[in-house]
Amino acid sequence: MSPSGTPISAADVAKVARLARLDIDEASVVHFTEQLAKVMGHFSDIDALDLSGVGPMTQPFPLVNVLREDVEQLCLDTDEVLAAAPSSDQRRFRVPPIIGLDD
Amino acid sequence: MAVIPTTASGIAAAIASKQITAREVIDSYLAQISARETDIHAFNLVTADAARAHADAIDADIAAGRPIGPLAGVPVAIKDNLCTHGIETTCSSKILEGWKPPYDATVVSRLRDAGAIMVGKTNLDEFAMGSSTENSAFGPTRNPLDTSRVPGGSSGGSAAAVAAGFAPVSLGSDTGGSIRQPAAMCGVVGVKPTYGLVSRYGLCAYASSLDQVGPFATTVADAALITEAIAGHDAMDSTSIPQPAPALVASVSQGVAGMRIGRVTDLPAGAEPEVIARLNEAFAALEAAGATIVDVTLPSLSYALTAYYLIAPAEASSNLARYDGVRYGLRVNAVDTNSMYGATRAAGFGDEVKRRIMLGTYALSAGYYDAYYGKALKVRRLIAEDFERAYAQVDVILTPTSPVVAFPFGDKVDDPMAMYLCDIYTIPTNLAGHPAMSVPFGTGAHGMPVGIQVLAPALGEAPMFRVGGSLENAAGGVK
Repeated sequence: MSPSGTPISAADVAKVARLARLDIDEASVVHFTEQLAKVMGHFSDIDALDLSGVGPMTQPFPLVNVLREDVEQLCLDTDEVLAAAPSSDQRRFRVPPIIGLDD
Repeated sequence: MAVIPTTASGIAAAIASKQITAREVIDSYLAQISARETDIHAFNLVTADAARAHADAIDADIAAGRPIGPLAGVPVAIKDNLCTHGIETTCSSKILEGWKPPYDATVVSRLRDAGAIMVGKTNLDEFAMGSSTENSAFGPTRNPLDTSRVPGGSSGGSAAAVAAGFAPVSLGSDTGGSIRQPAAMCGVVGVKPTYGLVSRYGLCAYASSLDQVGPFATTVADAALITEAIAGHDAMDSTSIPQPAPALVASVSQGVAGMRIGRVTDLPAGAEPEVIARLNEAFAALEAAGATIVDVTLPSLSYALTAYYLIAPAEASSNLARYDGVRYGLRVNAVDTNSMYGATRAAGFGDEVKRRIMLGTYALSAGYYDAYYGKALKVRRLIAEDFERAYAQVDVILTPTSPVVAFPFGDKVDDPMAMYLCDIYTIPTNLAGHPAMSVPFGTGAHGMPVGIQVLAPALGEAPMFRVGGSLENAAGGVK
């Protein structure tokens, strides 16, 4: 059981895989659902804690806005960066079409 | 030929005083790598030619009377999730195979500026997610003390490299124990510094509020020396503490007379009996050396595992979104970008990375955020407050590093929860942002090494190294 009261389902796993841009097949969905349900079952231990009045802690130490002087500095070499890309064209990253492919 | 010292400090001193050359040192370590690396697989890449060239350059500087760095000629192995300019950096993942970063991590450039020579990039659990190095896409690292057993993880390659004599020191990263746990399992010293003491610039991010870079070494003094060399403010990391690196080596030999050492009376159960026996011997040794043992309670500690395995995957699911086949690494071609992302990430990530991405995505998703991620952040606060109360009474706290000694391959790889439990004593430190170190202290089951963990409050590296040094002295007397 999870804090929300229901164990993670295969439909949940298929949905989060889609949200996370991970193509997984049906057999993997079943496998991951079993493993994640077991892990999440352990998480119900914190249900017993009284957390009212406890503030969330996102960082070990409070973050502060860090600014530097607005002066020109060396940056990464464009050719070197593009050389590491799977595909580039006209000094830009080249990707497949984003829209316009619907039947 | 002169005898090559086994410590970083000994090597640096011998080279600086011209008793040996940097080339003799690097050739000796490269010979050791040639002899055993096939059995151990500590490295994803050995940079032998570059290392020899670097050593020759240092020897030329010395011959010409030019100034050299404090670590000149010291071989060092670098975890393969730290960026090295023009040198393949893979995070032991197929999704980054072949990637040559266009910049150096700050810790890498600091070590090079100090004269240290990189011998190679070490193997890890993919993206530092794991406790055994079995999750590497390029095959596991084997424990140099017993090659049928894991070296721990995720920095298993860095721990094994030092244990096998491939380098006197190495760098790892520690998000939930990934330096300390493999150090314990390989019988070497491992340090996770205070969050923000060491720059994370150029460390491939796993969980940004928990990640920290630190050293492995064969001695506590060497670990202090390397921590000094990599610590201190870095403008490239917005969470870097704006202070210079502290002096730490002197602390190692100061002893523990008058120190208050915390013993956790409600320590989560599950440690092997031999591990608990070594812990009790460690307390006795420190008491004999003049410290006072004080009982403390950390009631929220048992909830740390849940908090960690919600917070770390949540941060990972966001951090690893960058691996999408657009700017670097693997791309699986498809008709449109969305299909390309899904196919690339499915082919490029291993199962444990996929599990954590999905877990994190779930914990952050609409309807579940408050129940999981939000709750975990509150538990994190409780744990930090527990430590705060304890450190009002004691200078440091002693626990085991790992509940178990190094286990055989395959033991836990299909049971994620069993694997996660290996981190039960190391995780709380990362949640609080505190420093901690593992010091080898005798052996446990199957004659495998046991590590004792010294925990200290934020920026408490000096008292931590004092206790670490005393434990090292006492360790000679235990079985």
